[in-house]
Amino acid sequence: MRSGLTFFAGLILLAAGQLALAQNGSLGLPKTVEAGAAFSIHTTGSGKGVLYIVGPGQILRRDVQLGETLSFAPGDMHNAGHYLVVLTGGSSTENGAFDVTAVHQATTLSFIAKPSRLPVDLHDGISGVVYVFDTFHNLVLQPTPVSFQLSGVAGAPQTRTVTSKNGVAWTKLDSASKEGAAQFEARAGNVTDKRIIQQVPGDPCKLKMDVRPDGQQLQLETEPVRDCSGNAVPDGTIVTFTEIYDGGQSTVDVPLKRDIAKTEMPAHKGATISVATGVVMGNEIRWGKE
Amino acid sequence: MTRRIQKPILIACSVMAALFVGASGQPTVRVEPTDSVGPRTLEKQTETAVVRDYLQAWHSLSAALEQNRTDLVNTDFVGTAKEKLSDTIQEQTKLGIQTRYVDKAHDVQLVFYSPEGLSIQLVDTVDYDVQLIDHEKPQITQHVRARYVAVLTPTEVQWKVRVFQAEPE
Repeated sequence: MRSGLTFFAGLILLAAGQLALAQNGSLGLPKTVEAGAAFSIHTTGSGKGVLYIVGPGQILRRDVQLGETLSFAPGDMHNAGHYLVVLTGGSSTENGAFDVTAVHQATTLSFIAKPSRLPVDLHDGISGVVYVFDTFHNLVLQPTPVSFQLSGVAGAPQTRTVTSKNGVAWTKLDSASKEGAAQFEARAGNVTDKRIIQQVPGDPCKLKMDVRPDGQQLQLETEPVRDCSGNAVPDGTIVTFTEIYDGGQSTVDVPLKRDIAKTEMPAHKGATISVATGVVMGNEIRWGKE
Repeated sequence: MTRRIQKPILIACSVMAALFVGASGQPTVRVEPTDSVGPRTLEKQTETAVVRDYLQAWHSLSAALEQNRTDLVNTDFVGTAKEKLSDTIQEQTKLGIQTRYVDKAHDVQLVFYSPEGLSIQLVDTVDYDVQLIDHEKPQITQHVRARYVAVLTPTEVQWKVRVFQAEPE
Protein backbone atom coordinates (compact mmCIF):
# COMPACT_ATOMS: atom_id res chain seq x y z
CA MET A 1 0.00 0.00 0.00
CA ARG A 2 2.77 2.41 1.05
CA SER A 3 4.86 1.59 -2.02
CA GLY A 4 1.82 2.31 -4.19
CA LEU A 5 1.40 5.73 -2.62
CA THR A 6 5.09 6.50 -3.03
CA PHE A 7 4.88 5.54 -6.71
CA PHE A 8 1.82 7.75 -7.18
CA ALA A 9 3.50 10.72 -5.45
CA GLY A 10 6.57 10.14 -7.64
CA LEU A 11 4.42 10.31 -10.72
CA ILE A 12 2.90 13.63 -9.61
CA LEU A 13 6.37 15.08 -8.92
CA LEU A 14 7.59 13.90 -12.30
CA ALA A 15 4.59 15.45 -14.04
CA ALA A 16 5.14 18.71 -12.16
CA GLY A 17 8.80 18.63 -13.20
CA GLN A 18 7.81 18.17 -16.85
CA LEU A 19 5.35 21.04 -16.57
CA ALA A 20 8.00 23.32 -15.06
CA LEU A 21 10.38 22.38 -17.85
CA ALA A 22 7.76 23.13 -20.41
CA GLN A 23 6.89 26.49 -18.97
CA ASN A 24 10.48 27.57 -18.45
CA GLY A 25 11.57 26.23 -21.78
CA SER A 26 13.93 28.28 -23.82
CA LEU A 27 11.87 28.65 -26.96
CA GLY A 28 12.72 32.07 -28.31
CA LEU A 29 9.29 33.21 -29.45
CA PRO A 30 8.08 36.59 -30.58
CA LYS A 31 5.12 37.87 -28.56
CA THR A 32 3.25 39.03 -31.62
CA VAL A 33 3.84 38.80 -35.33
CA GLU A 34 2.11 40.89 -37.95
CA ALA A 35 0.26 38.74 -40.47
CA GLY A 36 2.43 37.91 -43.43
CA ALA A 37 5.64 39.16 -41.81
CA ALA A 38 8.83 37.11 -41.60
CA PHE A 39 9.86 35.97 -38.11
CA SER A 40 12.05 33.44 -36.43
CA ILE A 41 11.94 31.05 -33.49
CA HIS A 42 15.07 30.21 -31.59
CA THR A 43 15.52 26.67 -30.25
CA THR A 44 18.06 25.26 -27.85
CA GLY A 45 19.49 21.82 -27.28
CA SER A 46 20.87 19.32 -29.71
CA GLY A 47 19.52 16.66 -31.99
CA LYS A 48 16.49 16.65 -34.16
CA GLY A 49 13.05 17.89 -33.25
CA VAL A 50 9.72 18.90 -34.65
CA LEU A 51 8.13 22.30 -34.23
CA TYR A 52 4.39 22.78 -34.49
CA ILE A 53 2.47 26.03 -34.73
CA VAL A 54 -1.16 25.27 -33.98
CA GLY A 55 -4.30 27.33 -34.21
CA PRO A 56 -7.75 27.10 -35.76
CA GLY A 57 -6.66 29.58 -38.42
CA GLN A 58 -3.49 27.85 -39.50
CA ILE A 59 -1.19 24.96 -38.70
CA LEU A 60 2.50 24.48 -39.49
CA ARG A 61 4.88 21.60 -38.86
CA ARG A 62 8.62 21.93 -39.34
CA ASP A 63 11.47 19.52 -38.75
CA VAL A 64 14.19 21.34 -36.84
CA GLN A 65 17.75 20.93 -35.77
CA LEU A 66 17.63 21.82 -32.10
CA GLY A 67 19.87 24.72 -31.19
CA GLU A 68 19.25 26.47 -34.45
CA THR A 69 17.02 29.39 -35.28
CA LEU A 70 14.07 28.52 -37.43
CA SER A 71 13.13 31.22 -39.92
CA PHE A 72 9.66 31.74 -41.34
CA ALA A 73 9.35 33.52 -44.65
CA PRO A 74 6.95 36.40 -45.33
CA GLY A 75 3.49 34.98 -45.82
CA ASP A 76 4.09 31.76 -43.89
CA MET A 77 1.83 32.93 -41.06
CA HIS A 78 -0.91 35.04 -42.54
CA ASN A 79 -4.03 34.33 -40.50
CA ALA A 80 -4.50 36.46 -37.41
CA GLY A 81 -5.05 34.51 -34.23
CA HIS A 82 -3.57 32.96 -31.13
CA TYR A 83 -1.11 30.17 -31.85
CA LEU A 84 0.27 27.44 -29.66
CA VAL A 85 3.89 26.53 -30.38
CA VAL A 86 5.11 23.04 -29.50
CA LEU A 87 8.66 21.82 -29.88
CA THR A 88 9.25 18.11 -29.48
CA GLY A 89 12.60 16.47 -29.56
CA GLY A 90 15.06 14.82 -27.25
CA SER A 91 13.52 13.95 -23.94
CA SER A 92 11.34 16.98 -23.43
CA THR A 93 8.57 18.96 -25.03
CA GLU A 94 8.64 22.71 -24.93
CA ASN A 95 5.74 24.96 -25.68
CA GLY A 96 4.75 28.55 -25.83
CA ALA A 97 2.33 30.80 -27.64
CA PHE A 98 2.24 33.94 -29.70
CA ASP A 99 -0.29 36.06 -31.51
CA VAL A 100 -0.53 36.92 -35.16
CA THR A 101 -2.17 40.30 -35.62
CA ALA A 102 -3.80 41.74 -38.71
CA VAL A 103 -1.81 44.11 -40.88
CA HIS A 104 -2.76 47.59 -39.72
CA GLN A 105 -3.37 48.83 -43.24
CA ALA A 106 -6.86 48.25 -44.58
CA THR A 107 -7.01 46.51 -47.94
CA THR A 108 -10.61 45.41 -48.18
CA LEU A 109 -13.80 46.91 -46.84
CA SER A 110 -16.94 44.95 -46.31
CA PHE A 111 -19.44 47.76 -46.78
CA ILE A 112 -23.11 47.19 -46.08
CA ALA A 113 -25.32 50.12 -47.06
CA LYS A 114 -29.04 49.88 -46.38
CA PRO A 115 -31.57 50.37 -47.73
CA SER A 116 -30.81 50.48 -51.42
CA ARG A 117 -34.00 52.50 -52.02
CA LEU A 118 -35.76 54.89 -49.68
CA PRO A 119 -37.93 58.01 -49.67
CA VAL A 120 -36.39 61.47 -49.72
CA ASP A 121 -36.00 63.58 -46.60
CA LEU A 122 -35.75 60.71 -44.15
CA HIS A 123 -33.74 61.47 -41.02
CA ASP A 124 -31.13 58.76 -40.29
CA GLY A 125 -32.72 56.75 -43.05
CA ILE A 126 -29.49 55.41 -44.55
CA SER A 127 -27.11 53.22 -42.57
CA GLY A 128 -23.58 52.28 -43.50
CA VAL A 129 -21.55 49.57 -41.77
CA VAL A 130 -17.94 48.85 -42.63
CA TYR A 131 -15.82 45.92 -41.51
CA VAL A 132 -12.16 46.61 -42.16
CA PHE A 133 -9.97 43.77 -43.44
CA ASP A 134 -6.29 43.49 -44.30
CA THR A 135 -4.80 41.86 -47.36
CA PHE A 136 -5.11 38.38 -45.78
CA HIS A 137 -8.80 38.88 -44.92
CA ASN A 138 -8.04 39.37 -41.25
CA LEU A 139 -10.29 41.78 -39.41
CA VAL A 140 -8.22 44.86 -38.58
CA LEU A 141 -8.90 45.28 -34.87
CA GLN A 142 -6.64 48.33 -34.54
CA PRO A 143 -8.79 51.51 -34.46
CA THR A 144 -8.95 52.80 -38.03
CA PRO A 145 -10.60 56.02 -39.26
CA VAL A 146 -13.34 55.31 -41.75
CA SER A 147 -15.01 58.17 -43.61
CA PHE A 148 -18.49 57.94 -45.05
CA GLN A 149 -19.75 60.29 -47.73
CA LEU A 150 -23.19 60.51 -49.26
CA SER A 151 -23.39 62.69 -52.33
CA GLY A 152 -26.66 63.11 -54.13
CA VAL A 153 -28.02 64.87 -57.16
CA ALA A 154 -28.28 68.18 -55.34
CA GLY A 155 -26.90 69.86 -52.25
CA ALA A 156 -23.62 69.44 -50.40
CA PRO A 157 -22.43 65.92 -49.66
CA GLN A 158 -22.85 64.61 -46.12
CA THR A 159 -19.59 63.40 -44.62
CA ARG A 160 -18.86 61.58 -41.36
CA THR A 161 -15.62 60.12 -40.09
CA VAL A 162 -15.86 57.30 -37.60
CA THR A 163 -13.04 55.38 -35.91
CA SER A 164 -13.55 51.65 -36.08
CA LYS A 165 -13.90 49.64 -32.90
CA ASN A 166 -13.17 45.91 -32.97
CA GLY A 167 -12.83 46.25 -36.73
CA VAL A 168 -16.21 47.82 -37.40
CA ALA A 169 -17.36 51.38 -38.07
CA TRP A 170 -20.90 52.53 -38.75
CA THR A 171 -22.96 55.62 -39.33
CA LYS A 172 -26.44 56.84 -40.16
CA LEU A 173 -27.20 59.59 -42.65
CA ASP A 174 -30.27 61.47 -43.88
CA SER A 175 -31.65 60.97 -47.35
CA ALA A 176 -31.58 64.07 -49.57
CA SER A 177 -34.60 66.23 -50.34
CA LYS A 178 -34.36 65.62 -54.09
CA GLU A 179 -35.06 62.29 -55.71
CA GLY A 180 -32.37 60.49 -57.66
CA ALA A 181 -29.42 58.18 -57.26
CA ALA A 182 -27.00 59.04 -54.47
CA GLN A 183 -23.48 57.71 -54.20
CA PHE A 184 -22.61 56.33 -50.77
CA GLU A 185 -18.88 55.92 -50.33
CA ALA A 186 -16.82 54.47 -47.49
CA ARG A 187 -13.10 55.07 -47.28
CA ALA A 188 -10.35 53.73 -45.01
CA GLY A 189 -6.86 54.80 -45.95
CA ASN A 190 -6.54 54.34 -49.68
CA VAL A 191 -9.38 51.88 -49.95
CA THR A 192 -12.82 52.97 -51.02
CA ASP A 193 -16.03 51.15 -51.65
CA LYS A 194 -19.19 52.62 -53.19
CA ARG A 195 -22.86 51.84 -53.15
CA ILE A 196 -25.72 53.48 -55.00
CA ILE A 197 -28.77 54.50 -53.01
CA GLN A 198 -31.97 55.29 -54.89
CA GLN A 199 -33.83 58.15 -53.25
CA VAL A 200 -37.44 58.12 -54.35
CA PRO A 201 -40.24 60.60 -53.68
CA GLY A 202 -41.99 60.28 -50.36
CA ASP A 203 -45.70 60.06 -49.68
CA PRO A 204 -47.87 62.62 -51.49
CA CYS A 205 -48.00 65.82 -49.55
CA LYS A 206 -51.44 66.91 -50.71
CA LEU A 207 -54.06 65.52 -53.05
CA LYS A 208 -56.62 67.60 -54.89
CA MET A 209 -59.08 66.62 -57.63
CA ASP A 210 -61.39 68.49 -59.93
CA VAL A 211 -64.66 67.27 -61.37
CA ARG A 212 -66.23 67.99 -64.75
CA PRO A 213 -69.63 66.76 -65.98
CA ASP A 214 -69.74 64.81 -69.22
CA GLY A 215 -73.28 63.71 -70.03
CA GLN A 216 -74.33 61.06 -67.50
CA GLN A 217 -70.72 60.79 -66.29
CA LEU A 218 -68.35 62.84 -64.20
CA GLN A 219 -64.75 63.29 -65.34
CA LEU A 220 -62.47 63.23 -62.30
CA GLU A 221 -58.86 64.33 -62.45
CA THR A 222 -56.25 65.06 -59.81
CA GLU A 223 -53.77 67.90 -59.88
CA PRO A 224 -50.14 66.70 -60.28
CA VAL A 225 -49.36 64.60 -57.21
CA ARG A 226 -46.13 65.56 -55.45
CA ASP A 227 -44.37 64.83 -52.17
CA CYS A 228 -43.63 67.53 -49.60
CA SER A 229 -40.28 68.34 -51.25
CA GLY A 230 -41.91 68.87 -54.62
CA ASN A 231 -40.80 65.57 -56.17
CA ALA A 232 -43.30 63.95 -58.48
CA VAL A 233 -44.80 60.80 -56.99
CA PRO A 234 -43.93 57.81 -59.21
CA ASP A 235 -46.26 56.67 -61.98
CA GLY A 236 -48.20 53.62 -60.97
CA THR A 237 -48.99 54.88 -57.50
CA ILE A 238 -52.61 53.98 -56.88
CA VAL A 239 -55.15 56.74 -56.34
CA THR A 240 -58.59 55.72 -55.14
CA PHE A 241 -61.75 57.62 -56.08
CA THR A 242 -64.85 56.86 -54.04
CA GLU A 243 -68.38 57.97 -54.77
CA ILE A 244 -71.08 57.58 -52.15
CA TYR A 245 -74.63 58.17 -53.26
CA ASP A 246 -78.07 57.36 -52.09
CA GLY A 247 -78.02 53.66 -51.41
CA GLY A 248 -74.73 52.85 -52.99
CA GLN A 249 -71.00 53.28 -53.28
CA SER A 250 -68.56 53.05 -56.20
CA THR A 251 -64.80 52.81 -55.91
CA VAL A 252 -62.23 53.12 -58.67
CA ASP A 253 -58.48 52.53 -58.26
CA VAL A 254 -56.40 54.40 -60.81
CA PRO A 255 -52.62 54.34 -61.24
CA LEU A 256 -50.88 57.68 -61.54
CA LYS A 257 -49.77 58.47 -65.06
CA ARG A 258 -47.51 61.46 -65.63
CA ASP A 259 -48.24 62.69 -62.09
CA ILE A 260 -51.99 62.69 -62.66
CA ALA A 261 -54.80 60.22 -61.99
CA LYS A 262 -58.05 60.49 -63.87
CA THR A 263 -61.22 58.47 -64.26
CA GLU A 264 -64.93 58.80 -64.80
CA MET A 265 -67.79 57.89 -62.51
CA PRO A 266 -71.62 58.02 -62.84
CA ALA A 267 -73.13 61.39 -62.05
CA HIS A 268 -75.52 60.73 -59.14
CA LYS A 269 -77.26 63.76 -57.80
CA GLY A 270 -76.20 64.45 -54.23
CA ALA A 271 -73.24 62.06 -54.38
CA THR A 272 -70.14 62.66 -52.31
CA ILE A 273 -66.88 61.97 -54.13
CA SER A 274 -63.59 61.63 -52.30
CA VAL A 275 -60.01 60.83 -53.34
CA ALA A 276 -57.14 59.19 -51.46
CA THR A 277 -53.75 57.61 -52.01
CA GLY A 278 -51.96 55.57 -49.38
CA VAL A 279 -52.64 57.26 -46.07
CA VAL A 280 -53.23 60.66 -47.66
CA MET A 281 -56.80 61.90 -48.01
CA GLY A 282 -57.62 64.43 -50.68
CA ASN A 283 -60.50 66.84 -51.05
CA GLU A 284 -64.16 65.89 -51.08
CA ILE A 285 -66.73 67.07 -53.62
CA ARG A 286 -70.50 67.00 -53.25
CA TRP A 287 -72.07 66.71 -56.71
CA GLY A 288 -75.35 68.39 -57.73
CA LYS A 289 -76.48 69.50 -54.27
CA GLU A 290 -80.24 69.09 -53.84
CA MET B 1 -30.14 -12.95 -4.93
CA THR B 2 -31.36 -10.87 -7.82
CA ARG B 3 -31.96 -7.89 -5.54
CA ARG B 4 -28.41 -8.15 -4.13
CA ILE B 5 -26.95 -7.93 -7.64
CA GLN B 6 -29.16 -5.05 -8.76
CA LYS B 7 -27.81 -2.54 -6.22
CA PRO B 8 -24.13 -2.72 -7.27
CA ILE B 9 -25.22 -2.53 -10.92
CA LEU B 10 -27.26 0.55 -10.17
CA ILE B 11 -24.30 2.20 -8.38
CA ALA B 12 -21.96 1.28 -11.23
CA CYS B 13 -24.38 2.74 -13.75
CA SER B 14 -24.64 5.96 -11.75
CA VAL B 15 -20.86 6.28 -11.56
CA MET B 16 -20.57 5.64 -15.30
CA ALA B 17 -23.28 8.19 -15.98
CA ALA B 18 -21.49 10.77 -13.82
CA LEU B 19 -18.20 10.05 -15.58
CA PHE B 20 -19.91 10.38 -18.94
CA VAL B 21 -21.49 13.70 -17.99
CA GLY B 22 -18.13 14.89 -16.66
CA ALA B 23 -16.28 13.77 -19.75
CA SER B 24 -18.73 15.34 -22.17
CA GLY B 25 -19.42 18.26 -19.84
CA GLN B 26 -20.64 21.41 -21.46
CA PRO B 27 -18.48 24.51 -21.09
CA THR B 28 -19.52 27.09 -18.57
CA VAL B 29 -20.93 30.11 -20.35
CA ARG B 30 -21.27 33.61 -19.03
CA VAL B 31 -22.95 36.27 -21.13
CA GLU B 32 -22.32 39.87 -20.14
CA PRO B 33 -25.36 42.14 -19.86
CA THR B 34 -26.40 43.34 -23.30
CA ASP B 35 -27.99 46.67 -22.32
CA SER B 36 -25.44 48.74 -24.20
CA VAL B 37 -25.31 46.70 -27.41
CA GLY B 38 -26.23 48.77 -30.40
CA PRO B 39 -27.02 50.53 -32.57
CA ARG B 40 -29.91 48.14 -33.23
CA THR B 41 -31.97 47.04 -30.26
CA LEU B 42 -31.08 43.51 -29.31
CA GLU B 43 -34.07 41.42 -28.35
CA LYS B 44 -33.63 38.65 -25.82
CA GLN B 45 -34.62 36.01 -28.40
CA THR B 46 -31.93 37.24 -30.79
CA GLU B 47 -29.33 37.26 -28.04
CA THR B 48 -30.20 33.69 -27.06
CA ALA B 49 -30.08 32.50 -30.66
CA VAL B 50 -26.75 34.19 -31.37
CA VAL B 51 -25.06 32.77 -28.27
CA ARG B 52 -26.53 29.31 -28.91
CA ASP B 53 -25.33 29.29 -32.54
CA TYR B 54 -21.91 30.65 -31.60
CA LEU B 55 -21.39 27.90 -29.01
CA GLN B 56 -22.59 25.34 -31.53
CA ALA B 57 -19.96 26.71 -33.91
CA TRP B 58 -17.29 25.92 -31.32
CA HIS B 59 -18.66 22.40 -31.12
CA SER B 60 -18.46 22.03 -34.91
CA LEU B 61 -14.97 23.51 -35.01
CA SER B 62 -13.83 21.05 -32.39
CA ALA B 63 -15.27 18.04 -34.21
CA ALA B 64 -14.02 19.21 -37.61
CA LEU B 65 -10.43 19.77 -36.44
CA GLU B 66 -10.38 16.50 -34.52
CA GLN B 67 -11.77 14.41 -37.36
CA ASN B 68 -10.23 16.50 -40.15
CA ARG B 69 -13.59 16.87 -41.85
CA THR B 70 -14.23 20.10 -43.72
CA ASP B 71 -17.92 19.26 -44.12
CA LEU B 72 -18.46 19.73 -40.39
CA VAL B 73 -17.74 23.45 -40.57
CA ASN B 74 -20.34 24.06 -43.29
CA THR B 75 -23.26 24.13 -40.88
CA ASP B 76 -22.05 26.87 -38.57
CA PHE B 77 -19.42 28.83 -40.48
CA VAL B 78 -19.62 30.90 -43.62
CA GLY B 79 -17.36 33.14 -45.68
CA THR B 80 -13.84 33.86 -44.52
CA ALA B 81 -14.14 31.92 -41.27
CA LYS B 82 -15.25 28.81 -43.13
CA GLU B 83 -12.51 29.14 -45.73
CA LYS B 84 -9.78 29.57 -43.14
CA LEU B 85 -10.96 26.65 -41.04
CA SER B 86 -11.26 24.46 -44.12
CA ASP B 87 -7.70 25.39 -45.13
CA THR B 88 -6.45 24.43 -41.67
CA ILE B 89 -8.25 21.09 -41.83
CA GLN B 90 -6.81 20.36 -45.26
CA GLU B 91 -3.34 21.25 -44.01
CA GLN B 92 -3.78 19.04 -40.95
CA THR B 93 -4.82 16.16 -43.19
CA LYS B 94 -1.78 16.68 -45.37
CA LEU B 95 0.53 16.71 -42.35
CA GLY B 96 -1.15 13.79 -40.58
CA ILE B 97 -2.08 16.00 -37.67
CA GLN B 98 -5.27 16.22 -35.63
CA THR B 99 -6.07 18.82 -33.02
CA ARG B 100 -8.63 18.44 -30.29
CA TYR B 101 -10.14 21.67 -28.99
CA VAL B 102 -12.16 21.33 -25.82
CA ASP B 103 -13.76 24.59 -24.74
CA LYS B 104 -14.08 24.84 -20.96
CA ALA B 105 -15.44 28.32 -20.37
CA HIS B 106 -16.79 31.22 -22.38
CA ASP B 107 -17.19 34.79 -21.23
CA VAL B 108 -19.24 36.29 -24.05
CA GLN B 109 -19.88 39.95 -24.61
CA LEU B 110 -22.07 41.06 -27.49
CA VAL B 111 -20.58 44.33 -28.65
CA PHE B 112 -22.23 45.37 -31.91
CA TYR B 113 -25.54 44.74 -33.61
CA SER B 114 -25.64 46.46 -36.96
CA PRO B 115 -28.45 48.95 -37.71
CA GLU B 116 -29.97 46.82 -40.46
CA GLY B 117 -29.68 43.60 -38.40
CA LEU B 118 -27.38 41.85 -40.86
CA SER B 119 -24.42 41.30 -38.55
CA ILE B 120 -23.69 40.90 -34.90
CA GLN B 121 -20.30 40.99 -33.28
CA LEU B 122 -19.19 39.40 -30.03
CA VAL B 123 -16.03 39.17 -28.02
CA ASP B 124 -15.42 35.96 -26.13
CA THR B 125 -12.74 35.22 -23.58
CA VAL B 126 -12.40 31.48 -23.94
CA ASP B 127 -10.66 28.92 -21.80
CA TYR B 128 -9.96 25.78 -23.76
CA ASP B 129 -7.62 22.82 -24.00
CA VAL B 130 -5.79 21.96 -27.18
CA GLN B 131 -4.45 18.49 -27.73
CA LEU B 132 -2.00 18.00 -30.57
CA ILE B 133 -1.93 14.56 -32.19
CA ASP B 134 0.68 13.78 -34.81
CA HIS B 135 0.13 10.54 -36.74
CA GLU B 136 -2.18 9.35 -33.97
CA LYS B 137 0.45 10.02 -31.32
CA PRO B 138 -0.59 12.62 -28.75
CA GLN B 139 2.15 15.21 -28.42
CA ILE B 140 0.84 17.63 -25.83
CA THR B 141 -2.31 18.96 -24.25
CA GLN B 142 -2.15 22.61 -23.43
CA HIS B 143 -4.56 24.92 -21.69
CA VAL B 144 -5.17 28.17 -23.57
CA ARG B 145 -6.96 31.36 -22.65
CA ALA B 146 -7.63 33.64 -25.57
CA ARG B 147 -9.90 36.49 -26.59
CA TYR B 148 -11.86 35.76 -29.73
CA VAL B 149 -13.70 38.25 -31.89
CA ALA B 150 -16.53 36.76 -33.92
CA VAL B 151 -18.93 38.28 -36.42
CA LEU B 152 -22.10 36.34 -37.10
CA THR B 153 -24.58 36.88 -39.91
CA PRO B 154 -28.10 35.53 -40.18
CA THR B 155 -29.04 32.81 -42.64
CA GLU B 156 -32.43 31.21 -43.24
CA VAL B 157 -32.59 29.38 -39.94
CA GLN B 158 -29.58 30.29 -37.84
CA TRP B 159 -26.70 32.68 -37.24
CA LYS B 160 -23.43 31.62 -38.84
CA VAL B 161 -19.92 32.69 -37.91
CA ARG B 162 -18.41 34.79 -40.68
CA VAL B 163 -15.34 36.14 -38.89
CA PHE B 164 -13.58 34.14 -36.19
CA GLN B 165 -10.32 35.54 -34.98
CA ALA B 166 -8.34 35.55 -31.76
CA GLU B 167 -6.59 38.71 -30.69
CA PRO B 168 -3.96 39.44 -28.06
CA GLU B 169 -5.54 39.82 -24.62
